[in-house]
Amino acid sequence: MELHTLWFLLIAVLWTGYFFLEGFDFGVGMLLHVLGKTETDRRVMINTIGPVWDGNEVWLLTAGGATFAAFPYWYATLFSGFYLPLFLILIALIFRGVAFEYRGKIDRESWRARWDLAIAFGSWVPAVLWGVAFANIVRGVPINEAGDYTGTLFTLLNPFGLLGGAVTASLFMLHGANFLALKTEGDIRERARSLSARLAPVAVVLGGVFLVWNQLERGAAWTWASVAAAAVALLVGVGAARTAREGVAFAATGVAIAAAVVSLFGGLYPDVMPSSTNEAFNLTVANASSTGYTLKVMSVVALVMTPVVLVYQAWTYWVFRRRIGHRHIPAVHVPE
Amino acid sequence: MNAEGLARWQFGITTVYHFLMVPLTIGLSLVVAWFQTRWYRTGDDAYLRLTKFFGKLFLINFAMGVVTGIVQEFQFGMNWANYSRFVGDVFGAPLAMEALVAFFLESTFLGLWIFGWGRLSKKVHLMTIWAAAIGTTLSAYFIIAANSWMQHPVGVRFNPTTGRAEMTDVWAVLTNPTTLAAYPHVIFGALMTAAVFVGGISAWLLLKQSTVLGNPDLVALRRSLRGAIWLTFFAGAAVAVSGHFQTRMMFEQQPMKMAAAEALCSTEKGPGLSILAIGDVSAECDVRSFVIPQALSLLATDKTGSTIEGVKDINARYQELYGPGDYRPNLIVTYWGFRLMIGFGVVAATGAAAALWFTRKGKVPPPWRWLPAATIAVVFTPFLANSFGWIFTEMGRQPWVVAPNPNGLPEVRLLTANAVSPSVAGWTVLVSLVGFTLVYGFLAIIEMKLLVRYVKAGPHAVMPIGHDESQDHGDDDAGRASETSEGDTLAFAY
Repeated sequence: MELHTLWFLLIAVLWTGYFFLEGFDFGVGMLLHVLGKTETDRRVMINTIGPVWDGNEVWLLTAGGATFAAFPYWYATLFSGFYLPLFLILIALIFRGVAFEYRGKIDRESWRARWDLAIAFGSWVPAVLWGVAFANIVRGVPINEAGDYTGTLFTLLNPFGLLGGAVTASLFMLHGANFLALKTEGDIRERARSLSARLAPVAVVLGGVFLVWNQLERGAAWTWASVAAAAVALLVGVGAARTAREGVAFAATGVAIAAAVVSLFGGLYPDVMPSSTNEAFNLTVANASSTGYTLKVMSVVALVMTPVVLVYQAWTYWVFRRRIGHRHIPAVHVPE
Repeated sequence: MNAEGLARWQFGITTVYHFLMVPLTIGLSLVVAWFQTRWYRTGDDAYLRLTKFFGKLFLINFAMGVVTGIVQEFQFGMNWANYSRFVGDVFGAPLAMEALVAFFLESTFLGLWIFGWGRLSKKVHLMTIWAAAIGTTLSAYFIIAANSWMQHPVGVRFNPTTGRAEMTDVWAVLTNPTTLAAYPHVIFGALMTAAVFVGGISAWLLLKQSTVLGNPDLVALRRSLRGAIWLTFFAGAAVAVSGHFQTRMMFEQQPMKMAAAEALCSTEKGPGLSILAIGDVSAECDVRSFVIPQALSLLATDKTGSTIEGVKDINARYQELYGPGDYRPNLIVTYWGFRLMIGFGVVAATGAAAALWFTRKGKVPPPWRWLPAATIAVVFTPFLANSFGWIFTEMGRQPWVVAPNPNGLPEVRLLTANAVSPSVAGWTVLVSLVGFTLVYGFLAIIEMKLLVRYVKAGPHAVMPIGHDESQDHGDDDAGRASETSEGDTLAFAY
């Protein structure tokens, strides 16, 4: 396998990891007002992701850094072309991250209410916009001969792009509901489970239409398998949620997210960013990549470090494996 | 202002802001890890008190550092697409390594540390803060390596077909002499920032709140004050020494930057060092005031009588080498940035010396009314020194974004003006510039408000007096602690 193909795979893996992990903590944030009726409910919810959300977000930084290192032309075109959506994502992630740390630092209702809004806003915006962005990447956007994006913000708001946004939002919300059902106890667990059952059909329909649409337009023969895998996983998830097998349900949405990423990247290859202006201007794994030397260096680093990271991140999830409920939440104790 | 000017302002504002948090994060992670180690070793409650108190301030600051860091990585592609294309093959590598090697370590283990009280054994919990501190200290290495490459490109060839710099030797990039000189300077600067922060806050609490705080708090704070004073001296000395090496190296690697830093307009043999300038350093060359004879020659080469090239002459030489153009950085910013960096560092060290003097042999400090306020003022000085240091070194590199290496390939160079994203309109950059500035300004107010609140309350607010630390760690066996601890309440929760 050529190195730039390996790096295409690695970048798909990084985005899969990011959407799998931050997918559920976006979901928790999106559901904060929906499932969190009382202050203690909300604290339970936030504390299910408290120890891990920051580590999950590093997957995004790694995906960004790896794209820069392995495919600088892709990185340059994508980040400058999708300027305003990325700006909004950044603002959202800033508020969200600060909100987790700051909301409990002052014991005042209005203070917490505002940070709760920041968490919801900060989770909804990226959950929608990542879908819009990836749908447009695979669909193709106007790119000129120099590799520069020539569209506007509205170019990205086409039906396929908007559907992509709805798909990621519904999938992450479902993933978050399944995560909460798995990690909480009592009332919230029940509510999360019943919400998951109601959300699942929406996610199945949206995701199904999106992936089949994508498949018909640009899928390879083998990516039908990933579309099927996503569909099967979502259906298994629905069944599991109904029968209170929360671990299975959560794994199922995780598999569905991974299968969707595989499906998109599979249809994309060997392009990384096709041009809707002229096929000759497509950015491909070959013409957008770094040199063989750089890719070789980065391969060594990635192959050594990724397993290490996976081990200690898995350990974190093991340490915080316990379900959380009202009885675990300590009284508020902050300076007056 | 065009897109380039706006993009530069945005980079400047977001980077200086980000770097207000970063040195404190690096320095304080090490200091808190040290406090916790002392507690682990001695079982002395005062150290646990300090761990929890400064740990809380550390986390308030850390959150802002993390979220503003994501902007930094995205910004290269968003505003500087042509830069990214030109350097991506070499510059992307340290960024990806930073995320993979350092950021994962830092954020994962910090999560474990924050929520690990009462759940991990004391030993494992101590290990998590060290892992996070090592992660954050390591992250600085990679980003300094990336920045140093822009100051002094090494380990690359120029590919005329693609028109970009391509890496030929990753080891050369990672051990760039510029990196090896800058990294200790940054890390010791971070330690000094944290030392002055811990010392200044301890001193302020001892001066101002001694009637409110209980004895255990006072005992702990006296200890942190003394420790912080000595750490300030040690780190300050290391900053000065590493800064000197860096300066000397920069005279060779970026003569224009250093000539500008000294407002040395014409080449001189055995030039003196100007302490201050009265007048406009950008207009004329003869405004260097309070000149110490031969000192600049000594600074640059460690001997007197050396010939140091001036700004005008370097500019003429560059015009021959790189074509017509103005290769002078902004002299006012470079000259004053350099002096303010050093000046604020000196103020910080002087503050530590004064604190040492006032508290010698257990003496009671003088009852001057302005003393507490002065203590807090000193806390800000290392932050200012850090900011001016970066403003100096980045503005001094202009008009280059990748400065040509005098001993390297002349083709590996890029003007800032040619680095911007061709597809991004000025108004778009303006939107994000205004957006980031407003959000950052708003969050700065909130962070200050929280820091002030938590500082004023003192250690007992986060660790009540008489608090039994054994509740924090039920057992020395990892994992078992959670099952056996009294009740079900988490020792820490958001």
